[in-house]
Amino acid sequence: MTKELIEGNAAIAEAAVRAGVEAFFGYPITPQTEVLEHFSKRLPEEGRVFLQAESEVASINMVYGAACAGARVMTSSSSPGVSLMQEGISYIACSEVPVVLTNIMRGGPGLGNVQPAQGDYFQAVKSAGHGDYHMIVLAPANVQEAIDYVVLAFDLAEKYRTLVMIVADGSIGQMMEPAELPPMRPVRPPKERPSWALTGAEGREHNIITSLYLGAENMEAVNLRLQAKLKEIAANEVRWKEYSTEDAEILLVAFGTVGRICQTVVREARAMGIKAGLLRPITLWPFPSERIAELAGQVQGILTVEMNAGQMVEDVRLAAEWRCPVRFYGRMGGIIPLPDDILPELEALVAEVSQGEEG
Amino acid sequence: MSTVEIPADMELVYERPESLTQADTHYCPGCTHGTIHRLIAEVLDELGVREKTIGIAPVGCSVLAYYYFDVDMAEAAHGRAPAMATGLKRVSPDKVVFTYQGDGDLASIGIAEIVYAANRGEQFTTIFVNNAIYGMTGGQMAPTTLPGQVTTSSPTGRDVEMAGWPMKMAELIGGLPGVAYVTRQAVLDVPGIRRTKKAIKLAFQAQLAGLGFSMVEVISTCNTNWHMGPVEALEWAKEHMVAYFPVGDTKMTDAVRALKEGK
Repeated sequence: MTKELIEGNAAIAEAAVRAGVEAFFGYPITPQTEVLEHFSKRLPEEGRVFLQAESEVASINMVYGAACAGARVMTSSSSPGVSLMQEGISYIACSEVPVVLTNIMRGGPGLGNVQPAQGDYFQAVKSAGHGDYHMIVLAPANVQEAIDYVVLAFDLAEKYRTLVMIVADGSIGQMMEPAELPPMRPVRPPKERPSWALTGAEGREHNIITSLYLGAENMEAVNLRLQAKLKEIAANEVRWKEYSTEDAEILLVAFGTVGRICQTVVREARAMGIKAGLLRPITLWPFPSERIAELAGQVQGILTVEMNAGQMVEDVRLAAEWRCPVRFYGRMGGIIPLPDDILPELEALVAEVSQGEEG
Repeated sequence: MSTVEIPADMELVYERPESLTQADTHYCPGCTHGTIHRLIAEVLDELGVREKTIGIAPVGCSVLAYYYFDVDMAEAAHGRAPAMATGLKRVSPDKVVFTYQGDGDLASIGIAEIVYAANRGEQFTTIFVNNAIYGMTGGQMAPTTLPGQVTTSSPTGRDVEMAGWPMKMAELIGGLPGVAYVTRQAVLDVPGIRRTKKAIKLAFQAQLAGLGFSMVEVISTCNTNWHMGPVEALEWAKEHMVAYFPVGDTKMTDAVRALKEGK
């Protein structure tokens, strides 16, 4: 395979086509509209289902319906649209049908703007929909990862019968980069849909997919089953990448676009004589807490950098458990922190922890 | 349920349709949901499609319909059944798909989903049960509550100056170009029940023929929340509901008419 120059949003859609997605339902919203546009061209070409819904409320419920049928299905949106989907996401989580969705995040809150941001971290990992559940949340930092995680997302969604969300910001969605697309997987024929799916009760008991359990004991039992599944996911599916952490004395933690920028920060800091390292979470849920805890025991301080007011930093602090100071630097409203913005913050943290040692 | 031997000199004339489970329903005595469930089940049996039918239950009194129909079923969020049915049918074009929805579900919170599904000509069937009240939550004003009708959230009667007019869904949906067949029927007496069954059958036949979206609005009762006896409720519905919501077809394409006339 060879690399080709491809835009992030189109790459996400094409990766899903090649991963055997059978249907896409979505609604236009900047900065993810090219996902929808790519599907609108490619899925009919492949004889598969594309439908532009009347709203994000409808598109997530179309996805829910198709997932109940056992089809490999996906939707995509951006921040305000994902807010509208939260009702459906909660129902899907309880019903345990596999669904993949993407959030190409933009500035918020409210209508916000269409610039890249990471303000939906809480919504994605803590789950803004009602009730106790988590989605698996994958955070690519470049177009190649966006492609790879779409394929991974379908596998994880079906393995655990769960929701997998890919969160990227508008800059990953809109950026063109050389990347390699996966080979075309065959689409699973309808006859091979899973036994729990709604395919017609032919020669078997009727299948029911519901999120309603009126008895308290029943509802608690469902919750315990969901929690056991989440625990299994948390044990098996934590993913992250590390850069120069072996001998690091100061650690950066950042995800997505700003995680990629922090690789440059590490290089520049090292050139200045600061032994910096970077941990970039790939799964925002489950979060790489154990590894961060280990590193918190090794380094003198952690700087978390985000494109929001400080959301993931709460999980970093929980993981670090006061083993070392955890500081935060972030920009909002669609402003991407650059190495020149981040380096002084890193230097300030180095000064702070050095003073502590001297004192 | 125990099996009873039929005496040799007697003939079996009435039995539970295969498309209904053996479960006892939770519906109030006098409620017409049971009648409508049975009509759908009889139609599915007669068309021989039970094993390829998938239903979507709503939020409302019939939220547990999936226990009563012996077909594959999913439970939708409030009002979203037409969107779920759209997704389901698009990836399962060889299946028979129906939604079963009440007035709050279809005509209020889910009005966008039903209008758009109908307008796209989605190949499924909607059974819309209109009893002019929110039953499950205890009798609040519904989108189809009649002017002046007293409910727990319109204690002095529906004031159309404040709350607007009852939604005429059969007329609204019947006016859309993508729709094959829309009718309003009433299960308030035996002739009405028989006509409702014929309408439900035609709606499913239209789906099987791939003719587009079909909907049967069924004028129904809620004697519990209307605070009436079952018979009184049937009479009240005939006198007041049918006056505002006239029975009859609001859309029938030539293809559906040909199907009806057996051409």
